[in-house]
Amino acid sequence: MMEPADESQLAEAVAAAVGPLCIKGGGTRPVGGRIEGETLSTAAIKGITLYDPGALTVVVRAGTPLAEIEELLAAEGQRLAFEPMDHRLLMGTKGTSTIGGVVAANVSGPRRIQVGACRDSLIGVRFVDGRGTIIKSGGRVMKNVTGYDLVKLMAGSYGTLGVISEVAFKVLPAPEATASVVIHGLGDDAAVRAMARALSEPYDVSGAAHVPDGQNTLLRLEGFAESVSYRAGKLAAALSDFGDVEIVEDREEVAEQWRNMRNVAAFADSKGDVWRLSVKPSDAPAVVARLDAHDVIYDWGGGLIWALVAAGTDLRPLLQVPGHATLVRASAATRAGVATFQPEPAPLAAISAGLRAQFDPRGILNKGMMG
Amino acid sequence: MQMPTPDATVLSRKDQIVRQLQSVLPPDAVISHPEETRAYECDALTAYRCVPLCVVLPSSTQEVSDVLKICHSQGIPVVPRGAGTSLAGGALPTADSVILGVARLNDVLETDYDNRIIRVQSGRTNLSVTGAVEDEDFFYAPDPSSQLACAIAGNIAMNSGGAHCLKYGVTTNNLLGVTMVLMDGTVVEIGGAHLDAPGLDLLGVICGSEGQLGVVTEATLRILRKPEGARPVLIGFDSNEVAGKCVSDIIRAGILPVAIEFMDRPCIRATEAFAHPGYPDCEALLIIEVEGSDSEIAAQLGLIREIAMRHKPVELRESGSEEESARIWLGRKSAFGAMGQISDYMCLDGTIPVSSLPLVLRRIGEISDQYGLDVANVFHAGDGNMHPLILYDANKPGDLELCEQMGADILRLCVEAGGCLTGEHGVGVEKRDLMFAQFTSEDLEAQLRLKDVFDPKWLLNPAKVFPLSATESRRRA
Repeated sequence: MMEPADESQLAEAVAAAVGPLCIKGGGTRPVGGRIEGETLSTAAIKGITLYDPGALTVVVRAGTPLAEIEELLAAEGQRLAFEPMDHRLLMGTKGTSTIGGVVAANVSGPRRIQVGACRDSLIGVRFVDGRGTIIKSGGRVMKNVTGYDLVKLMAGSYGTLGVISEVAFKVLPAPEATASVVIHGLGDDAAVRAMARALSEPYDVSGAAHVPDGQNTLLRLEGFAESVSYRAGKLAAALSDFGDVEIVEDREEVAEQWRNMRNVAAFADSKGDVWRLSVKPSDAPAVVARLDAHDVIYDWGGGLIWALVAAGTDLRPLLQVPGHATLVRASAATRAGVATFQPEPAPLAAISAGLRAQFDPRGILNKGMMG
Repeated sequence: MQMPTPDATVLSRKDQIVRQLQSVLPPDAVISHPEETRAYECDALTAYRCVPLCVVLPSSTQEVSDVLKICHSQGIPVVPRGAGTSLAGGALPTADSVILGVARLNDVLETDYDNRIIRVQSGRTNLSVTGAVEDEDFFYAPDPSSQLACAIAGNIAMNSGGAHCLKYGVTTNNLLGVTMVLMDGTVVEIGGAHLDAPGLDLLGVICGSEGQLGVVTEATLRILRKPEGARPVLIGFDSNEVAGKCVSDIIRAGILPVAIEFMDRPCIRATEAFAHPGYPDCEALLIIEVEGSDSEIAAQLGLIREIAMRHKPVELRESGSEEESARIWLGRKSAFGAMGQISDYMCLDGTIPVSSLPLVLRRIGEISDQYGLDVANVFHAGDGNMHPLILYDANKPGDLELCEQMGADILRLCVEAGGCLTGEHGVGVEKRDLMFAQFTSEDLEAQLRLKDVFDPKWLLNPAKVFPLSATESRRRA
């Protein structure tokens, strides 16, 4: 395993590589299964480059542990708004999640519906392409349209276009208070309708999830204490005709609810494959009805479905609506027959292949990961 | 400013090209008479003009595809045009180019409140997107100052921002999908009502690509429920530095206003003389807007007042009514008009880290003295997106060139301070030759390679974004 200590060593390592490289951050998110080649770890390229709380920006090297960044921000009452999921529970992995891995997989949590994905908070990136060239895009300011937005391209490219060495984020204030408005006893259809209504009210809902097992529909509010309390009351009233509505204001309890949701804790230690489906929220219940899943969770107001299914099941033929399905956790046997990512239509696949050929002409970076 | 020599073959074949375009479009959708094509000779960067070969105004994605196939097969450059409001010359024609205007693509295709999206054709104006959903109390968040006129197509091309993006983000954060026609006529669908692409984030790359990767004909946009209410507070200070410190303190206190606008003394005086908003005559003015219910607004304004008072403002005026809100915003919204009243001006939009604000304003003052041209500053302070307006006299020989040199110095200063050349207007032709101030040749080469994939012949919106020297070999190929 190669573990360069800084960006220039990283560039040398890629330039000198004679065969495929398996790019590794903390190794906590083995989405995509085994990648062939020598392991190239970014774990040693770490540290905070810059943190400017008054400008809501932080710049960090790729190998910096996510937890270290979250701690740094918390000390100033700020946070990464996109709430990255911790995959360890679901995937049964150990190790330390790095920020480079978070960006490479564009990992976002329940707050995706309010503040956007990881890619929306990402304002700058430095990376080493497949030739070993150091490239930057974006910067450390949150409004920047100078040149093409390679920042977005790198987020979610799973190390196939370049090895990320440094990232910059827009951060947001952490709230003084949170609350969950919980509706009990809803079936999937009613739950998705209730979440749609909640998200159409002017109360800044920052999470909307439904757990069919137990029939709990959760809506999260965050902000200054008085404001959260006011909005929770208004939202509960607006949803009262759906059923029993409860307001949970205990900080720890609310945090745990959403931590579990974010980390798909319900599927930890389960048997079977785990899929992640992105669809139009109102399409979700009909899609779920077709899946024959052991268990599902709806996040993003219904737009994100986590499905636990029998090993070896290919859910893509069952999707039947616009959207996409990613095979997140699976046995080697399943992976042998089912692609991790939704295949793209031919013209888009050609563009993606063209981009990979331009950024990694030797095809050595996480070969085969994305097609 | 240098533009490439027009392709003589294309110029000589004009009549034939026009006939071919007429064969795939309705008669009134091809404009070729020089008197009529002159209307397209420039956008809002009026200092540069060039009459195009001809103009096409397709009404469907299919027609756009048909036009591009013809141009692609014959190597004719195409300049996509939204509403022509670019301040950066993003829609400036070349003499050998076909202007592809999307003005006739202006339908709303779908509104879906359950899923909080709207699907529109790309020629629709920004404000009319909100207009289509405001009866249901929804709105489309990105709000560039030109929103009455500017088209969604241009917003996507430039990744437009606005005053309220501190809370709601810019175009790229509110764009969910596009129908786009590639230069060879291929129609692609990217994204939609569902979130996040399955493969590479092509949508994220297309947004902000200044019309150089494809022609967007339809867009799926995120719509949001309007807040219960919004109210601004106006705070005057006798120093830019203190105003900047106040902004930083508000942000660090965990308050996230939807807008923080900043005006300096030259700008305050000009707007006061022009629109009489009743602003105090002081060094720096902040307009800070918060949203929510009446009690939420009162609470946030209370916190802001508490922080501001620590910095000894010369004036602090909270809006208590719609009328007072309108009056506070009046000056800010008429700032550009006010400056236009007293002089010709060039508007820059470099972004800086908010913490560098006092330093950058001081340096801009020095640069202004050095060149002998006045500068007024008005900008989005929450996100560091400056808008220095350099005043010059277009009728005075050499003044425009002097103004441009001074602008270049200010933008280099923004980059040195840790910022960038453009925060929301785009590079266009205006900042094209400054790209090496911000990027290494390796950085730019990566961008050119991306363009190679989408438009291998380099026909779409030529001679924009990149220094001509960096693209010469590709354009000649």
